Amino acid sequence: MLIKTPKKSEIKESLVTDESVYNDRRRILKSLGFIGAAALATSPSSQAFNLFGSDDDDVFETAPLQYSQADKYKTEETLTPEKKIISHNNFYEFGTSKSDPVENAQEFKVNPWTLSIEGLVENPITLGYEDLTKAFALEERIYRLRCVEAWSMVIPWIGFSLASVIKKANPLSKAKYVAFETVYDPKQMPGQRNRFVGGGINYPYKEGLRLDEALHPLAFLSVGLYGKTLPPQNGAPIRLVVPWKYGFKSIKSIVKIRLTDKKPPVTWNILAPNEYGFYANVNPAVSHPRWSQARERRLTTGGLLTRNRIETQLFNGYDEVADLYAGMDLRKNF
Amino acid sequence: MRLRLLPKHIFGLKLVIHLSALLPLVFTFYQAISDQLGADPVEDLLHFTGISAFNLLLISLMVSPLAKTFKTAALIRVRRVLGLYAFAYALIHFLVYIFFELQLEWQLLISEIIKRPYITVGFVALLILSVMAITSTKKSQIKLGRKWQSLHNLVYLSAILIALHYIWSVKSDMVQPIIYWIALFILLYFRLNKIKSIFIKKRLA
Repeated sequence: MLIKTPKKSEIKESLVTDESVYNDRRRILKSLGFIGAAALATSPSSQAFNLFGSDDDDVFETAPLQYSQADKYKTEETLTPEKKIISHNNFYEFGTSKSDPVENAQEFKVNPWTLSIEGLVENPITLGYEDLTKAFALEERIYRLRCVEAWSMVIPWIGFSLASVIKKANPLSKAKYVAFETVYDPKQMPGQRNRFVGGGINYPYKEGLRLDEALHPLAFLSVGLYGKTLPPQNGAPIRLVVPWKYGFKSIKSIVKIRLTDKKPPVTWNILAPNEYGFYANVNPAVSHPRWSQARERRLTTGGLLTRNRIETQLFNGYDEVADLYAGMDLRKNF
Repeated sequence: MRLRLLPKHIFGLKLVIHLSALLPLVFTFYQAISDQLGADPVEDLLHFTGISAFNLLLISLMVSPLAKTFKTAALIRVRRVLGLYAFAYALIHFLVYIFFELQLEWQLLISEIIKRPYITVGFVALLILSVMAITSTKKSQIKLGRKWQSLHNLVYLSAILIALHYIWSVKSDMVQPIIYWIALFILLYFRLNKIKSIFIKKRLA
């Protein structure tokens, strides 16, 4: 008797889409047409079978990283599976739907790259692509990520503290704020090319922190996740991670870090100042004008029937940052 | 131009409507439950059911202008089933919100309906569709007499509230909601006289 033990890496026969079905996908699509093209464009099935994606299957290549693991940043919480982290992204430069970035960003070029640390510093720094993973010792940190839309993930990031870079640049005493900017490259980013794709945002995307926030040990520059370099949809080659603030503060694909003496304008605040503040600290007591922030849905494993609604914690549970905001009215400074 | 529709054509059309409304629903829920619907099945289901409900309602509003254009009164017979599916999708949209988004936090449900304008208008639209669905039978039509038509004219209000619900719910991407507003205006334009008469009658009464 022949007993076949499939290797872990082998794709099960049942998972393979029959070629005739694959080739027939446009006709199948049309036959579903009743529900309308608009529904299909936002339809989740696009993620399931990638029926609507581009025909080429080129996937951005990530590379394994060398890093240490600090006990301080380990967690008992269930990690969000890698597949979900890299397929559910708000990165309007590649389209406004959560499934757009994974579809539209695979050909994004991250090498060469230049990240400059400039402005009110003694030693301006320029980091090239290689420097991003080599100039600083990399460590893994598992952080909760709380989106302003009331869902959250648990992500094993790899990178280095933002403070280590800023200290190396040696800020002048006048410096009070840190401004960040995403790359502006309309050729590669359809959302920057076309206002209708990019959600009406004036690019480049901008973010900012107070200098003391930026120097807090939790503020992190990530170059990887799940042991490998970042895929473009997650902000390759380098992005900010500020785990006690809503996700939109964690700006992706950064080219500029500028120290200033004035509070820098930040993208979502410019777009809707009554909905998104400069601070954007996670706070269950301060609701978004259009929805409550008291709870969140934690995206880990499991489908629709998983009961994943949990209490949102002040500062996303990172109490150690509370001192930064002592005496401040967090309702006003939301 | 005149289009002749035989009973078998209407039957075929209804069959297509049933299949294309039910199959995607079953398929999408199957994917959601088995965790094959992206990272956040709740969000995807909310979009899918919401947009589909709106699509179905707009299609149902297309029926009478089409019937007039092609002089085929028989086509009106598919309008009810389209409207009922629009209601069904809207109801499922609401149930997904209660069961999977809020996960049965009833107090929050009530306060959200009251506090958040985009949820308030969506809820009112659903109430209108519910009343229309309940009174969609021949029996009700006979029982309500002339009132039936006035009651079912509320569909225009419901469609406007749904368009409002949609454009208010998005973060910054207005393109698609605006396309829906335009489609809705075109459909309402076909009935400009009727809509005018609704308001004039009200003023006289």
